[in-house]
Amino acid sequence: MATHDTPAETPIGDWLVLVSENYSPLDFMLVADHFEKFLWGVTITLELTFLSLVLGGVLCIPLAIARAYKHPWFNAPIWIFTYCFRGTPLLVQTYMIYYGLAQFDFIRESALWDPILSKAWWCALIAFTLNTTAYTTEFLRGAIETTPFGEVEAAKASGMSNWTMMRRIVLPSSFRRALPAYSNEVIFMLHGSVIASTITLQDILGVGRWLNGRYYLAYEGFITAMILYMILVFAITRGFNLWERHWLGHLRPRTETLELKPKMSMLGR
Amino acid sequence: MDVIFEYRMSLLAGTLLTIELALGSLMLSVLLGLLGAWAKLSKSRAMQKVAGGYTTLIRGVPDLVMMLVLFYGGQQLINDLGEATGQWDYLEISAFTAGVGTIGFIFGAYMTETFRGAVLAVPRGQIEAAIAYGMSNWQVFSRILWPQMVRYALPSFTNNWLVLIKSTALVSVIGLQDLVYNANVAGRSVRQPFTFMIAVLIVYLILTAISDSGLRWLDRRYSAGVRRA
Repeated sequence: MATHDTPAETPIGDWLVLVSENYSPLDFMLVADHFEKFLWGVTITLELTFLSLVLGGVLCIPLAIARAYKHPWFNAPIWIFTYCFRGTPLLVQTYMIYYGLAQFDFIRESALWDPILSKAWWCALIAFTLNTTAYTTEFLRGAIETTPFGEVEAAKASGMSNWTMMRRIVLPSSFRRALPAYSNEVIFMLHGSVIASTITLQDILGVGRWLNGRYYLAYEGFITAMILYMILVFAITRGFNLWERHWLGHLRPRTETLELKPKMSMLGR
Repeated sequence: MDVIFEYRMSLLAGTLLTIELALGSLMLSVLLGLLGAWAKLSKSRAMQKVAGGYTTLIRGVPDLVMMLVLFYGGQQLINDLGEATGQWDYLEISAFTAGVGTIGFIFGAYMTETFRGAVLAVPRGQIEAAIAYGMSNWQVFSRILWPQMVRYALPSFTNNWLVLIKSTALVSVIGLQDLVYNANVAGRSVRQPFTFMIAVLIVYLILTAISDSGLRWLDRRYSAGVRRA
């Protein structure tokens, strides 16, 4: 069995090591020894997921508006962009940017090559951002298009300019309608971020693969990664549920405040 | 473009494998989805718990992680079990089996939700009427539930299928020689990875376009009796 860097000092520690190495199907002490590395993996995963979501969230607003109002110049190119990015695997998009761009001399010689385009982290971020932008643009477009006409009419009647109406009425109301779909997109992006490990990055799965490769194991690294991802997903889902309750509270069906449960004794046998 | 033509056989073989893999996992996922929906709608609490755990697990774990767990861990588990019970010697799971198994298992959970929703959408009175006519469970399913379920399930099914095709790209990570794997190898050997990745993207776009029109045909067929506003 594997040797440990930090020998356990207390008897209970010895016992844990003994069980872990000899009786348990998983060597959990080995995972515990490298847990710091897994925590670094968690930060890389969260960093990539949230940065790409924030960037995608900012980029998608003008794109969705241009799509919803059928801008004469931009509508078609944006549609082609979203169609291509939604119709192809994220893995291929990431490969295309990380491995593919090196094919062109002018990119290798450009000022962006050294600091950004030759780095796996930046390539992953670019690929994830483009991907999430494509998805978010389309469902935000749907939400903008389904803005109740009465709201728009009321805004016009109050003398709002197009810009004010967009900022105060259309966008806030569309964000609300897009929120449930957006929580799915966040989970999807977290799931998608494992692709970073295929281009050498040490995200959660990357660390798991490293651990299994180093000690020639089948379970430990992947199972730890699996559990960490599950924790993240449930935390995010919970967060979104609270957010939805906050933003969409007025749309929820009313819950009964009065409990009208007849007591069994009242029914009389 | 010449290089693509030069490697056309390898790309074609990869595309075929991708399609086989996608269809194989689709069949498995529909089967698991029907079972899962049946379990979720059954009266037994234990069945509901199992099916609920299944869908929660899949929602919580990214597909690639699941694939690696099943491919490496599952392999080890089968052999550990074989050793412990003495029933079988070393068994090897092929990458293809692991790919179909994992993708089918993952999308089975999504299909469970799809089918569950579709079953619930069929008016309860129709099922009651069928039972009143003395139909067996199977007859109720094949004559009443299924034909209508398909219609309700199709939009979500279409979505699952499109995501499933894209998920097949991940099998290249466990060494299966699908479209992405072959294109990656070819792209590196001629030092034109971008060209090959563009070719892969185009193949995926064609596959999605074809399935889109196929599913639209199905949709028309199964909503033949529905009036559309």
